[in-house]
Amino acid sequence: MTFTIPIDNGDSVKNAEADSQRTLYPYVTGTSIVAIKYKDGVLMASDMGGSYGSTLRYKNIERMKAIGKHSLLGASGEISDFQEILRYLDELVLNDNMWDDGNSLGPKEVHNYLTRVMYNRRNKFNPLWNTLVLGGVKNGESYLGMVSMIGVSFEDNHVATGFGNHLARPILRDEWHADLSFEDGVKLLEKCMRVLLYRDRSAINKLQIAKITEEGVTVSQPYSLNTFWEFKAFHNPTAGAEGSW
Amino acid sequence: MFRNQYDTDVTTWSPTGRLFQVEYAMEAVKQGSAAIGLRSRSHVVLACVNKAQSELSSHQKKIFKVDDHIGVAIAGLTADGRVLSRYMRSEAINHSFTYESPLHVGRLVVHLADKAQVCTQRSWKRPYGVGLLVGGLDESGAHLYYNCPSGNYFEYQAFAIGSRSQAAKTYLERRFESFGDSSREDLIKDAILAVRETLQGETLKSSLCTVSVLGVGEPFHFLDQETIQKVIDTFEKVPEDEEGEAGEGEAEAAAAAPAEQGGGGAGVGEPFHFLDQETIQKVIDTFEKVPEDEEGEAGEGEAEAAAAAPAEQGGGGAGDQDVAPMEM
Repeated sequence: MTFTIPIDNGDSVKNAEADSQRTLYPYVTGTSIVAIKYKDGVLMASDMGGSYGSTLRYKNIERMKAIGKHSLLGASGEISDFQEILRYLDELVLNDNMWDDGNSLGPKEVHNYLTRVMYNRRNKFNPLWNTLVLGGVKNGESYLGMVSMIGVSFEDNHVATGFGNHLARPILRDEWHADLSFEDGVKLLEKCMRVLLYRDRSAINKLQIAKITEEGVTVSQPYSLNTFWEFKAFHNPTAGAEGSW
Repeated sequence: MFRNQYDTDVTTWSPTGRLFQVEYAMEAVKQGSAAIGLRSRSHVVLACVNKAQSELSSHQKKIFKVDDHIGVAIAGLTADGRVLSRYMRSEAINHSFTYESPLHVGRLVVHLADKAQVCTQRSWKRPYGVGLLVGGLDESGAHLYYNCPSGNYFEYQAFAIGSRSQAAKTYLERRFESFGDSSREDLIKDAILAVRETLQGETLKSSLCTVSVLGVGEPFHFLDQETIQKVIDTFEKVPEDEEGEAGEGEAEAAAAAPAEQGGGGAGVGEPFHFLDQETIQKVIDTFEKVPEDEEGEAGEGEAEAAAAAPAEQGGGGAGDQDVAPMEM
């Protein structure tokens, strides 16, 4: 996808700054986020990688953050845009807290605010290059939604971004059911993350799982999944073609 | 209140630390016709007395829907009230659009109060001359607030503002402790009874008051005349006499005010046009038995002109002067 209509700062032949006014392509990106609703709230998983094109450059990026008391935001796509969104939300939550009136922004409000932000940026041909996953619990009700960089927004019982859409969601469609226990939820997410680890070249084996319930947000310490590489076909890979690698 | 040298503009303090312009603005609220608000844990009722400028005109709108979950009743300069209601509607809908969630009433009244405060601290402005009873329902329950021209706001279980509101307040003070647990129907009844207190002896009819309700599972809406009259009938036993009929007539007119323009030159299915001299004269002949002389005609002409003022321009003047309409 390219955004080819420039902001009016003259043409980019004579004015080198014209194109640098808006996002053209992402630079440092995070890969999939997978999230599901479960018995007590929402579970979300992401790895800690930041790719610089095809190089896996950064390996300690937290792509899931708590927002206020009731929400958890996960992002894939451009990391710097994610940080910018966190700054917007920080201000939003701060102003909400300053009212000091016992009311607080719930996940539905945050999700809709983000939808407005993403859609308005898209309309200016200067998008925030992210797909965001917003989960939360307020007053006993779980909420899980997603917003893309072009402002497409919806809620569902399970969501995934990027490669997760293609590899994780089919698993979730088959195996997700309402009122999953915490252990079953984590097992399900790990199953999805393992498939992504095998098949998504921008995934790394260092992931976090975050949980949000009525009590609040907890993000796990990073850990790795067990993988299996001892398939017979991997033992002598060049058996059928001597001299190749 | 007396005139003094510190009351010329709102940015002048008096030596005793008062802003007289703000206090005068609060007086304007007391001049308006009464508005009453009460709340229970789950509902808020706003009621007001329908005051019309004269018997000929319809009453002013004093209760406004701000959103499905917020309503406001005003007393004082109704023009200021209308403008502030528009502001509140705008705030509520913008919040709804951005957050897909109803605006908290407590936050709306703070916005409103801050707006009013600005007018107390600018030399080129004047305070709003209207008191607002804001009733609403949000996550933290049902609320009733009173916003002052001074920029202050207070939360109430029940309150009354406007002329003769003290009578209503006395009634509410006796009963307010039970309002929290009141049923919706009892709350409405108490509101109408409070309105009756402000009428000080005048018979209460449904045409004299407007009542609105909002609550859990019930978006803001007005109660129709029938419903109000039924509640009134449970405590008022008034014989159906001429006055009663006139009252109902008014209610009809009041209810249909925007549509009817009063028998002038236009109506439903009838575009604006002038009545010709013959037609006018025929009507006059049904009640005037006067010998056809110059002065008589002039008198009748004027009477006709007065009655049909907006529509007919030639009825009176042209009749006795025989000049082109341009004269007028």
